[in-house]
Amino acid sequence: MKIAVTGLNNVDNPGPGVPVIRGIKDAKDFKCEIIGLIYDALEPAPYMDDIVQSTYTIPYPSGGLDLLFERIKYIHSKEKLDVIVPTLDSELFGFTKLTPKLDELGIKTFLPSTEQLILRGKDKLASFCNDNDILVPKNILATSAQDIYKVSSEFKFPVAVKGIFYDAKIANNLDEVFSAFKSISSKWGFPVVIQEYIKGEEYNVSALGDGEGKTIGAVAMKKLYITDNGKGWSGVTIYDNKLIELSKNIISKIKWKSGAELEFIKEEKTNKYYLLEMNPRFPAWVYLSVASGQNLPYSLVELALGKKVEPFEKYEVGKLFIRYSWDLITDLKQFENISVNGEMHNG
Amino acid sequence: MTNYKLSSNLAISDNGFLFLSTTGETFTVNDIAKVVLMDLKNDINYKSIFDKLLKEYEVEEKILERDLEDFFNQLNVYNLLEEK
Repeated sequence: MKIAVTGLNNVDNPGPGVPVIRGIKDAKDFKCEIIGLIYDALEPAPYMDDIVQSTYTIPYPSGGLDLLFERIKYIHSKEKLDVIVPTLDSELFGFTKLTPKLDELGIKTFLPSTEQLILRGKDKLASFCNDNDILVPKNILATSAQDIYKVSSEFKFPVAVKGIFYDAKIANNLDEVFSAFKSISSKWGFPVVIQEYIKGEEYNVSALGDGEGKTIGAVAMKKLYITDNGKGWSGVTIYDNKLIELSKNIISKIKWKSGAELEFIKEEKTNKYYLLEMNPRFPAWVYLSVASGQNLPYSLVELALGKKVEPFEKYEVGKLFIRYSWDLITDLKQFENISVNGEMHNG
Repeated sequence: MTNYKLSSNLAISDNGFLFLSTTGETFTVNDIAKVVLMDLKNDINYKSIFDKLLKEYEVEEKILERDLEDFFNQLNVYNLLEEK
């Protein structure tokens, strides 16, 4: 069994690839080789021990689907892939569109449809939530500076200014909104989402939907330490029935097929949960779900292989993750192999 | 205070480390607070806790009353109490 995984950039803003691989490798009575798919020769996972068997570079999503498919065909001719698990937001539209062609090659995936991906997008999520009685912060989609003048009349400061794919800044006045709008739109394009700021604590849920409305698993986490980039560097599993049921309800309403991360804020004055975002892939902290009793990455592989997977019923509360950085020392030869040949084979 | 009990979601370790499983919040308390919390967990009422502390520690009744009330208020602020 060979499983290809992307998102191996285990850096200060880590991709979910390495924790997804750790989960798959932790599965009992399941033997597989992991093939790493990387965009940059310096993504760390290929150089780490016991993570990937072989690694191949793949073209960036902006290179177009034909290029990506040709590259996968080449990798498949060498490795005979059984499953591909893409783990990055920006590549999901591409892989979803390639699903029928990958199927023809005999490569399984477990991905949401294009419609589902659009529905949970930052620009569409609010209307979906409003239609389904799910609390969501009020927002406007700004495509020009003109739109920003609405902010003063429609919101109280501060507000959150968010990029369509990544990035978010808190703005305390109109000047700061303009500045955030300019910097975010130049990086991530339009629209820029301007969102009501809800005061409260943030909670995240790592989940897996079976595509038919059922939640295979859902593990809630509270970040304990947050970096300057807003990334959780440590966190602990928590359990609040309201939060888990709300997550299951959202997955059921969308009939979500794949891994996901649901980001909520619990409003301080009402104790109600607002859905901030739904990321269309497992979070980088997904290994915490494995460690607390729900191996969601492996369950996704099982679903991709067409197996029947029973939903998890519980998980261990009070399990902690603490992320750390580590200087990995390696030989220039390995970097050379990936840089020149676009592939590297370990042992 | 008699209508309140300790949150069922609160775990208390022997070291006086508290973990609220619904929010992920953690707290540390001193030995006396730990005794009070363990008593609350065992459903011992406010009056009995008060009497026990008064007997065991050299403290004026009024000061203990003020301190214990303050402690319960803090528990309430941190949502560590729930109605019976």
